[in-house]
Amino acid sequence: MKGGDALMTESLNVNVDRREGLAVVYTEGYINNQGGEEIARVAYKLIDEGYKVLLLNLGGTKIVNSIGISILIEIIEKMIEIGGKLGFCSLTPTIEKTFHIMGLAQYAPIFPDEPAAVSQLQP
Amino acid sequence: MRKVTLALPMVPEMEIEASKTAMAIAESMRMSPDRIDEVRMAVVEACINALEHSHASAKEVFVTFEVLGGQDPETLRITVRDTGVGFSPGEIEEPSIQEKLKSARKRGWGLKIIRGLMDDVEIRSGSEGTTVVMSKMR
Ligand SMILES: Nc1ncnc2c1ncn2[C@@H]1O[C@H](COP(=O)(O)OP(=O)(O)OP(=O)(O)O)[C@@H](O)[C@H]1O
Ligand SMILES: [Mg+2]
Repeated sequence: MKGGDALMTESLNVNVDRREGLAVVYTEGYINNQGGEEIARVAYKLIDEGYKVLLLNLGGTKIVNSIGISILIEIIEKMIEIGGKLGFCSLTPTIEKTFHIMGLAQYAPIFPDEPAAVSQLQP
Repeated sequence: MRKVTLALPMVPEMEIEASKTAMAIAESMRMSPDRIDEVRMAVVEACINALEHSHASAKEVFVTFEVLGGQDPETLRITVRDTGVGFSPGEIEEPSIQEKLKSARKRGWGLKIIRGLMDDVEIRSGSEGTTVVMSKMR
C-alpha cells in the first residue's frame, strides 16, 4: 500500500530521528487507537533510552481521533512525571485547533515547524 | 444534491468513509479547506461515538448530509444517528485537561471537540437511540 493518502492507511507509520538531547518522532497516517498505541510504544522506548525531550512531528498525519489523542495525553503525563518535555510541530490547522479546544497546548507546546520546535526545545 | 443519507455498517474505520463523503459534499459547496477539515473531524468523532457507545443491535449508523441555503449553498448540516441505548447529554461532565492528566481515564473529549469545531450542535438521545445534528456554515 502506498503512503500517499493518509486516510487509506489503516496503520500508522512512525519514524524516529535521534538527535543530541532530543528525539523527533514522525508520524504518517491516521492517529486512532492503534496509531496512538504505536506512538506510545516508540515514545516509551525513547524515554527508556534516556530521552527527556520528544518532538512529535505530525506533518504526515491529516486526521486524528479522540481515542488517539487520549493516548497522546498519557505520553504527556509521563513526560511531566519524568521532568521532561513533549512538543508538537507541523500540525494541520484542524489538529492544532483541536489541541487548543482541549487545552492540551498548555502542557505540550505547539510549534509551526520543526526548526522552530528544535530551537525552542533543545536543552 | 441537497440531501443524502448513508447507512454505514458498524465496522472499524467506517468513520473514515463518513468523513470522505462529508469532504466531497463540502467541497461541492465550495467550503474552505480548513473548514472542511473541521467538519471531517467532527463527523469522525460522532461516528466513533455511535460505534463505541450506542450498543445498537442494528449494526448500522445513519449519516445524513443536507446542503442548506438557496442558489448559493450556505450551510452543511450533518446528522449522525444510531439506534442504540442512548445517554443523557446533560449529565456528561465537561472534560478538563488538568484533571485528565491526573486521572486514569484520559478520554471524554469527543463531544467537546465536536462542539468546538462545528457552528451548531444539537444532541437528541433516548431509548430509541442518539441523533447528533451538527452544522457548519460555508
Ligand atoms: N451515540 C452515543 N450513544 C450512547 N452514548 C453516547 C453516545 N455518544 C456519546 N455517548 C456518551 O457520552 C460520553 C461522552 O462522549 P465523548 O465522545 O465526549 O467521550 P468518549 O467517547 O467517552 O471519549 P473520547 O471521545 O475522548 O474518545 C460517552 O462516554 C458516552 O457515555
Ligand atoms: Mg467519543
